[in-house]
Amino acid sequence: MRRPAEKLIEGLLGLSSLFTLLLTFTVIGVLMYNAWGFFEVIGLGEFLTGTRWTPFFENPAFGMWPLLTGTLLTALIAMFTALPLGLLISIYLSEYANATWRNVARPALDLLSAIPTVVYGFLALVFVTPALQYFFPALERFNALSPGLVMGFMILPIITSISEDAMRAVPANLREAAFAMGASRWQVAWRVVLPSAFNGVTAAVILAFSRALGETMIVSIAAGQQPQLTFNPSVAIQTASSYIIQISLGDVDRSGLEYKTIFAVGLGLFLLTFALNNLSYWLRARFKQQQR
Amino acid sequence: MNRVFLRLFKAIDAAGDWYDRQRGDGFALYGLVFTLFVVAIVLGLFTYVSIAGFPRLGTRFFTGFASRIPEQAGILPAFLGTLWVMALVFLISFPLGVAAGIHLERYVSQRRLARLLEVNITNLAGIPSIVYGLLGLQFFVRGLALGESILAASLTLSMMVLPLVIVATREALRMVPGSVTEAAYALGATKWQTIWYHALPLAFPGIISGVLLAVTRAIGEAAPLLVIGAVAFVPFVPASVFDYFTVLPVQIFFWATKPQSSFLINASAAILVLLALTLLLNLLAVRIRERWHKRIES
Repeated sequence: MRRPAEKLIEGLLGLSSLFTLLLTFTVIGVLMYNAWGFFEVIGLGEFLTGTRWTPFFENPAFGMWPLLTGTLLTALIAMFTALPLGLLISIYLSEYANATWRNVARPALDLLSAIPTVVYGFLALVFVTPALQYFFPALERFNALSPGLVMGFMILPIITSISEDAMRAVPANLREAAFAMGASRWQVAWRVVLPSAFNGVTAAVILAFSRALGETMIVSIAAGQQPQLTFNPSVAIQTASSYIIQISLGDVDRSGLEYKTIFAVGLGLFLLTFALNNLSYWLRARFKQQQR
Repeated sequence: MNRVFLRLFKAIDAAGDWYDRQRGDGFALYGLVFTLFVVAIVLGLFTYVSIAGFPRLGTRFFTGFASRIPEQAGILPAFLGTLWVMALVFLISFPLGVAAGIHLERYVSQRRLARLLEVNITNLAGIPSIVYGLLGLQFFVRGLALGESILAASLTLSMMVLPLVIVATREALRMVPGSVTEAAYALGATKWQTIWYHALPLAFPGIISGVLLAVTRAIGEAAPLLVIGAVAFVPFVPASVFDYFTVLPVQIFFWATKPQSSFLINASAAILVLLALTLLLNLLAVRIRERWHKRIES
């Protein structure tokens, strides 16, 4: 009697595994289906090459570039904040800090990623922007700089935790050989450990960048809703994600074109992050193989 | 461009080396300073929110509904909405994620299938939360006609955190010593008996800790819920899973984006409540995990 019951359980477990595959296909299907409706009207050419995104105008234009530059701009500012800080902190934690202090610092850093992003957005709007305006009076109330900086802190734990793991996985004999040659601790970290852990660190950076591209609440609250083709960090812009929020908040006819635009934009965002995530995954897999 | 980078790398190299040789491991001090800098900024921001929000935390704030007058506005529907979502996400993602985790870790024997499923889960984990919102909008709200309800919201968030539960389950099962499994097999237990009576009980605290972290992540999300249609004003206490809803992060968003600055006090106060809730759950998860690690390693 045991065997058929076991088969049934195994089948149920298998179904839930299959469910994860179905989920991916459903996400892609939902995006494609609605985006298809959009591209039938607008055409892929205009979407990919257009430099104006004005869906609410009398003569609407649907060129994705303003949204793309807005998304890239905030994500790049976040990377410029998080990369140097994250790299130095992970070198410190992996090569210099003692175990006790590391065990305090790591969970403290990880807490940064447990904070809801809407809280970061709030802080960007009411604290960081006014503080920056004190130094740069030309900064607009909504801008790319402040949410970018705050986003840098949000993605910091991704960089520190993955790259610290990668650095600590570098075999000790490499370090010892360098020390034996009279290298200082920093030279060991910068010239030996970091290059050996390069794939792991790059994987962390790419993953963090992908997270920054998809981040929504910080930019929706603090970066404004003005799609502009600019890399000027002091003016209001719009990212792909905050456009989706803007449409979702309004009263949109759910069979109309505007409703479909958010799926087209979502599809773009999905493809971009999908490519980056897989690159990161591949690099990490290669790093693990190298360490073996 | 390349030469600039090369120069930069060399400069950093020289600077770090110089610090180290000045005093034994001199960079250690700077590393400490950088780490403390991040901690200090975060603590500073928390202090700022606490000072701004604390005066608003009174009975009226916890028992009130949304209002046009900031002093009278409260978080009752949002708080209850968050509790609803918390419970439902737990109920949905726990069985589904644990089942898939067990299957992946103990049953999939073909390497190619295992790899496919693993890559797929990594990809699911990397999809931006707002895209899950689009999935929820088209599939749960419209396709399954659940409407803009608590149930649709919880299903959407459950899909979003599913990879976290699966990964936690797999890691917890991997921590179970091989000797336990082998002993059970040696006594004639079947595969499922071994998992159900021996592996799962040992792995359970690890799994629960992972699910708690997943739920924490879910109750902090606002973006997917705004997409599927969370509303700013809920004039009643949500009583069923088909009611329309708001949750704390959504309420914070609406207050933070209001032009009147006195609503910022409300947003700060709501942030304090949300942070208390997430930090509490987080701490609980970490404590459970630590105690479990000690037990399973001994």
